[in-house]
Amino acid sequence: MTNSIDDLGESDCFLITGTNTTENHPVIATFIKRAVTQKGAKLILVDPRNIDLAKYATVWLRQKPGTDIAWINGMMNVIITEGLADEKFIAERTENFDALKETVSKYTPEYVEKISGIPAEDLKTAARLYAGAGAAAIVYAMGITQHITGTDNVKSCANLAMLTGNIGRPGTGVNPLRGQNNVQGACDMACLPGNLPAYKKVGEAADRKPFEDAWGVTLPEKPGLTIPKILEGAGKGTVKALYVMGENPMMSDPDITHVAKALKNLDLLVVQDIFLNETTEFADVVLPTASWAEKDGTYTNTERRVQLIRTAVDAPGRSKPDWEVITMLANKLGAGWKYETAWDILTEINKVTASYGGITYDRLKKNSLQWPCPNTEHPGTPILHTAAFTRGKGLFSVCEHIPADELPDDEYPFLMTTGRILYQYHTATMSRRSKGLVSRTPEAFVELNPADAAKLGVSQGDRLEIASRRGAIEVVADVSDRCDEGVVFIPFHYSEAAVNRLTNPVIDPVANIPEYKVSAVKIKRVA
Amino acid sequence: MSITIDGKELEFTPGQTVYEVAKANGIYIPVLCHHEQLKPVGACRVCVVEVEKARSLIASCAMPAENAMVVHTNTERVLQARKLAVELLMTQGHHNCITCESSGDCVLQDLAYSLGVESPRFPEPAEVKAFEQANEMIVRDMNKCVLCGLCVRACNEIQVNQVLDYTGRGPTAAVGPAFGLLYENSECVFCGECVRVCPVGALFEKQGRFQGRASDLEKVRTTCAYCGVGCQMDINVKNGKIVKITTPREDAPAPNYGSLCIKGRFGYDFEGHADRLTTPLIRKNGELKEASWDEAILYIADKLNTIKQESGPDSIAGLASARVTNEENYLFQKFLRAVIGTNNVDHCARL
Repeated sequence: MTNSIDDLGESDCFLITGTNTTENHPVIATFIKRAVTQKGAKLILVDPRNIDLAKYATVWLRQKPGTDIAWINGMMNVIITEGLADEKFIAERTENFDALKETVSKYTPEYVEKISGIPAEDLKTAARLYAGAGAAAIVYAMGITQHITGTDNVKSCANLAMLTGNIGRPGTGVNPLRGQNNVQGACDMACLPGNLPAYKKVGEAADRKPFEDAWGVTLPEKPGLTIPKILEGAGKGTVKALYVMGENPMMSDPDITHVAKALKNLDLLVVQDIFLNETTEFADVVLPTASWAEKDGTYTNTERRVQLIRTAVDAPGRSKPDWEVITMLANKLGAGWKYETAWDILTEINKVTASYGGITYDRLKKNSLQWPCPNTEHPGTPILHTAAFTRGKGLFSVCEHIPADELPDDEYPFLMTTGRILYQYHTATMSRRSKGLVSRTPEAFVELNPADAAKLGVSQGDRLEIASRRGAIEVVADVSDRCDEGVVFIPFHYSEAAVNRLTNPVIDPVANIPEYKVSAVKIKRVA
Repeated sequence: MSITIDGKELEFTPGQTVYEVAKANGIYIPVLCHHEQLKPVGACRVCVVEVEKARSLIASCAMPAENAMVVHTNTERVLQARKLAVELLMTQGHHNCITCESSGDCVLQDLAYSLGVESPRFPEPAEVKAFEQANEMIVRDMNKCVLCGLCVRACNEIQVNQVLDYTGRGPTAAVGPAFGLLYENSECVFCGECVRVCPVGALFEKQGRFQGRASDLEKVRTTCAYCGVGCQMDINVKNGKIVKITTPREDAPAPNYGSLCIKGRFGYDFEGHADRLTTPLIRKNGELKEASWDEAILYIADKLNTIKQESGPDSIAGLASARVTNEENYLFQKFLRAVIGTNNVDHCARL
């Protein structure tokens, strides 16, 4: 997030899209619901599903999945046409505005209606609300990113914020809600193939140098492979060994039939986890690790806030914290590492990672800190880009609508979108072992519109087979108006009905994110 | 602007209540139905104070401080009124502390004790209500409810879930979901905010039942293991086992200020699950067999060495995790880059 969670309380207007916030970030949703119900903030919801936040929305735009660039360009078209842009901000803080203006000129509300299904008048209302607010915050999640145009979708959000000067102030910003406890930290710590810690580039000698000095090695300069490319390499035999720490690609990756073939082809698969899972079925070695309650360390949340976790209970049996396991293996390979506690590692992070320079264990014992926090005197940074952007001027990117890769046709007539639900979590290795959570949602389901259910002769609770070009699963029908006609939603938590057997493995060319939010399926009743 | 409380002249900002000014200056006034995150209602009368020139005692939690106001928090008249308020609260049900989960962490118990309520002055009602424990997470014992309304207000004002409300009047007054539904059958999403703010033993965590009370429990402050909000929570531990997850009733830190969702508050029991891995495993003849750490680490190191020699470092790849710590992710990428010699490291940020 460019801004902080607290900051949401300062917003006059929210543009919420591609996040089912009440289910996937329930506590952040409370900030939004309070601002709307208690302070009169406006809420523009853009989502294909009739999610709970629709109840609180000033205006709800129901776009066809995969048309986000079109409606965002359409909002910018209205804002420019009606003279609602922040010309001072554009002049002082941005560049490439003319190119943006030209691109969005063809995205009239009427043109956008044809692509997205959003009524032209509703789009105008939304544009006026957003541009007219004193402080407006864009809040999004995977509904924006999990498309072949994911990168451009995000850039479009940034365009919209810059066009209206809604960045760098309290209550504004471009605020992705990150889905996992430490996904922000894993990125900051450079578990990314092209980065060194704090987003330094592996391809830049000057970026590598401080790490080579600190670690006493020469570092490889060729950027590595992303997950889809690693699996592709495994399938082709160019990747021979894969070490998986706390992931479950056999549930979380698209087209898992294909993932299974890739994993089987490896010479060595190591899986380090707290449970056996779908991926360990292919593992040569499984290493038992400590859970979150059994070790020390830090997580970085969605607003860049670094916080402690502390050992509360002992890890079972011979399981050990992940950092101890990695240290053992590194030392067996001759690394000579001397970490005795998690805090020894944090001290090294403080030294080599500029944005974490002042985020020391001693300070974190007292209170959390938001990066960038370069030194121990620095109070941390609740709001980014207040005076300038990281690159200096904010760059307007030119983004054009590109249809989703696999749209419904006669053979596969439904558009399927996937995601999480409140009562389960990701590949569910944890949440399906929790009594309370299991009691709420014991089995996999598909959300289906009543009109589609009637056409198919399906009633609530019927068992259905959902099939795509890549596979088929069985789920229970949940008939409601949450999905529009022609659209179905299936959560990805259930291994016995793993929706990623169906999903399309096509990826965004820049970020390599799979298009989980759009694939084509057919539905039939199971006798 | 200044106000005098117990003889001390204190500055205040307009809008602050008498209770808030007192609290900010270390002067103790007990409260029960009041919560810092909720609008004051002044319902329980436990926080009454004597204000000079006022005709009656005043509920300090709901009374805005006024310039030159003179307040006494501790007079005989105040103490008698508080004691009566507590005695009346106690007539609303059966306040049996012997097996109450909140014993030792109960506002009513503390008040009754500190005000010297020897034994209830008024008779308790004849009816004993059955516990509601149909769901796996929250138990409701309405015998202990004092109708402070904190659960209703937290559900509506903090979580904005709009599930709980008041029903009935007088002796039939109650709190709960509409139409007297069980939590299980209502729109409740089990965030547990009502359990957090309940000042008595009327709402408590089912899995923690009989597992340990305040004086037995060590609270370990940590960060939630689920989504990216990073809620702060306390793991309550007894004898090396997690008894329950709680958050402070007041003065809770950012980013969640005491709120959690169902996963954070009630989804912790995977930790002690029988399925946990307890030993390294190596596949032999197609089956995963128990191994020692030495065997497992040696096995991996040998394989990695061979593959690196035969096919180069870029034939090795690692998937790190958005689920483990910064320290662990840092080491993991350092391992692949500095020890193996490849940039083939990624994680599930996109998934």
